[in-house]
Amino acid sequence: MEFVLNFPCFSILLAMFAAIISSVLKGRGAKILNTFVVSLVGLMSLAVLIFTVRTGECYVYVMGHFPAPLGNELRFGALEAGMALFFAVIMLLSLNGGRRKIKLEIAENKEHLYYVMVNLLLSSLLALVYTNDLFTAYVFVEINTISACGLIMITEHGRCIEAAMRYMIMSLLGSGLFLIGICILYDLTGHLLMSYIHTSIEAIVEAGTYSVPLLVTIALIVVGLAIKSALFPFHAWLPDAYGYSTVSSAAMLSSLVSKGYIFLLIKLMYRVIGFPIFANSKVIDVLFVFGIAGMIMGSLSAIRENDIRRMISYSSVAQIGYIYMGFGLGTMAGMVASIFHILSHAATKSLLFVSAVGLTDVSGNHKDFEQLTGAAYRNKAAGVAFTVGALSMVGIPAFSGFVSKLLFAQAAMDQHEKMLPALIVLAVSSVLNVIYFMKTVIRIYTPVQTGYPSVRAKENKLFVVTLICFIVLNVLLGMCSQPITEWIVQGLNVFA
Amino acid sequence: MGNHVFANYGEVVAMLLFGIGFTNLLLQKNMIKKIIGLNIMDTAVYLFLAEKGYIEGHLAPIVVNGDLNPETYINPIPSGLVLTGIVVSVSVTALMLSLTIRLYRRYHTLDLDEITTRLKKEGR
Repeated sequence: MEFVLNFPCFSILLAMFAAIISSVLKGRGAKILNTFVVSLVGLMSLAVLIFTVRTGECYVYVMGHFPAPLGNELRFGALEAGMALFFAVIMLLSLNGGRRKIKLEIAENKEHLYYVMVNLLLSSLLALVYTNDLFTAYVFVEINTISACGLIMITEHGRCIEAAMRYMIMSLLGSGLFLIGICILYDLTGHLLMSYIHTSIEAIVEAGTYSVPLLVTIALIVVGLAIKSALFPFHAWLPDAYGYSTVSSAAMLSSLVSKGYIFLLIKLMYRVIGFPIFANSKVIDVLFVFGIAGMIMGSLSAIRENDIRRMISYSSVAQIGYIYMGFGLGTMAGMVASIFHILSHAATKSLLFVSAVGLTDVSGNHKDFEQLTGAAYRNKAAGVAFTVGALSMVGIPAFSGFVSKLLFAQAAMDQHEKMLPALIVLAVSSVLNVIYFMKTVIRIYTPVQTGYPSVRAKENKLFVVTLICFIVLNVLLGMCSQPITEWIVQGLNVFA
Repeated sequence: MGNHVFANYGEVVAMLLFGIGFTNLLLQKNMIKKIIGLNIMDTAVYLFLAEKGYIEGHLAPIVVNGDLNPETYINPIPSGLVLTGIVVSVSVTALMLSLTIRLYRRYHTLDLDEITTRLKKEGR
């Protein structure tokens, strides 16, 4: 066996042990350890990615000594390795972008606890990406929830604790539904490993028995994960949690935590239930309807918002709607578009959060638009970065958002029944995006005389470098979309 | 239909309890009652699993006299899942309770909606 195949297991354990060690370190030590671990995980995922893309196969890694139907397994191919690499990169960039804020907003004796949570989050995300066992997935979903809650409430701001409470309540409702779903699934099939469940489900469907319990199970699991990833009607907790927590937390929550659940959902669709069976169930139409509802309602709420961070949060609701609409199309092309949008949204949304903080910093920490007028002149790097993010969200060619919208539109063309609503809503949502993002860009580029001091790029090098990395990532996703979509298709083919 | 419900009364009770817990967690205003709802919901799942793993007339899955015949014992996997689930639910409950304490110390109320309105009024 190639040594590189050990890396997924190593990276999960590494992140988890780093979390344990961080709890006894001082803030600075924990920070260095975390940076080291996230970079190392990124490098290991890159190695696995190169290896799996080259061989084009999927590998099963047996944990412990029990053979297949009993033991626990990791399973990874090109898609999983690429996702892990992407998560590590985004996490590193979001942390670097908010480093100064972490120092300012978190009490000094609590700083190492923040990195404990970040490490735990990384390990649970990696486990969600790599695992091939349903119950392990459930346990790591809960670890993910707990660490995300810690990330929200770490600043001990009243608003944050309330947001964390609401987040926990919604998340626990979601994981309750997910848990009962996998229990019924275990009861139906007698297996916990995903590939074996799939074999049993195929047998059940062929025999034509248990069709109602199977449908109920699919619905429970999908609704559970949809609640956790803040699909439209379940998004009430989101603006507070993203809007008031420290900026790195907001960036990681919007671009990593919800994407971890969505990736698990993709895994359930393909590997556990099987895509043809899933696409034939009515659940997929429900996802489609809620997806397009979210695209419109999220944008409308964002237009009404007068707080830049909350506006970006509501825009997340709309973008999650795009992803679910792609699932709802029920075709391979729709799935590819959704996975591309996961990447493009993660890259863009964290860029927006980080640059928005640069703008509010030079406006006396006010987040309302009136105070932000002309902020792009006071902090030039943040202004440019925010504009890039906004253009990408709106869907201007050369940025990542354009490619994902193009892929969605192409996917919708193949699906005759859903073509018209999908295309109309895509257009309407793009126009709504233009309204609130361009409004903000014009606002920050309106020259005005204020008493706020301006910031030179040299004063905060790390911040500027991070923003440049984000912009490069965005343009890279937008310009090199061909190899990336090829990678997604290759990964999806060996995924199930 | 009636027959099935009667034969599987354990599962039916588990589902009813799950519903009760779920609605409590979703709809109660008082945070302590929400947490009680959470625990009812989780316990219902464990009841469901235990009910599914039990086989009438079989023993607990502990090998005593070197009897390795699977006909002797009940299915051990659901019991293992219940144990794991209990650990998860304990830690989540502890986290929820600590959040409740934080909020109560600051706002002297357990009503989440009232805290939200108060925070909005403060406008921070």
